[in-house]
Amino acid sequence: MKTLLVWLMLCMATVTMANTAQPTAEEVRLGKIAAELRCLVCQNQSIADSHADLAVDLRREIGEQIAAGRSDRQIIDYMVDRYGEFVLYRPPFKITTLLLWLGPALLLIVGVFTLRRSLKTRRALVIDAPLDDEERRRAEALLAAPRERDAS
Amino acid sequence: MRYLLPLGVFIVVAGFLFYGLNLNPREVPSPLVGKSAPAFQLARLDAPAEKFTPQEMAGKVWLLNVWASWCVSCRAEHPVLVELAKQQIVPVVGLNYKDQPDDAKKWLQHFGDPYLLSISDIDGRVGIDFGVYGVPETFVIDQKGIIRYKHIGPVTADSLKEKILPLVERLTRG
Repeated sequence: MKTLLVWLMLCMATVTMANTAQPTAEEVRLGKIAAELRCLVCQNQSIADSHADLAVDLRREIGEQIAAGRSDRQIIDYMVDRYGEFVLYRPPFKITTLLLWLGPALLLIVGVFTLRRSLKTRRALVIDAPLDDEERRRAEALLAAPRERDAS
Repeated sequence: MRYLLPLGVFIVVAGFLFYGLNLNPREVPSPLVGKSAPAFQLARLDAPAEKFTPQEMAGKVWLLNVWASWCVSCRAEHPVLVELAKQQIVPVVGLNYKDQPDDAKKWLQHFGDPYLLSISDIDGRVGIDFGVYGVPETFVIDQKGIIRYKHIGPVTADSLKEKILPLVERLTRG
């Protein structure tokens, strides 16, 4: 019984070790490219994450192209040629995507500008007029009055 | 007066969002429209020894319909194609996508065969070249082999009448 248990544990150990084996350079590249590409079947998943049939096929295709010595750029262009720029999670910078890329920065600039302007107008509303002697005396009397009442 | 700007912004944003409600995110425009159909050579479903290439259709306007026996919406689309085949307006070539030839043949026997011929893309490689991501899909290809239109999802009587057939007619007239 004991020997059997030891054997079982040894078997499990080898399985775990096989799973933690270092991925090859090709596998790392495949994963990187696949993570950049949208799976068109389940649009919120990348080809790397998706279990859809098409994603499996496309991962195979990427693997074959890596083996054939094609560059990352060439493989991504291959996908864009077939499925359009929609497959790219990182859209290219060009006229039609200008707003997409610069929009947030533009909003920030507009926001900062509006904030500064409204702060400035608010500051202008505050009139900095020093009190004259008579006003000062009245103010002090008003401020002192409740304290005297408290004391009494 | 001071509420005019935020109100304006709200109306514009609401307008865009309302428009977005009616868009279908599954319909991704194909970059292949306006380009030559990818070249391929595939075995015919009915006679695997014979190969089909798109060049055989040169000089004709034709439809390439991607279908599979495992595809549920293809079943919904099928009667429309059978009806189209009866009218003999435009030849339809079936690209049997990632299917078992036996299943596909049985399917055609059972539901009728509207295709001029079907070809077997068992591993889906030609499908990838055509940018297929959901079955069914239908391509309109002109005399010079250029893809003129891609219909995503099942072809309906309406989409035939409003989009595909007028385009076929225009292309045929040249």
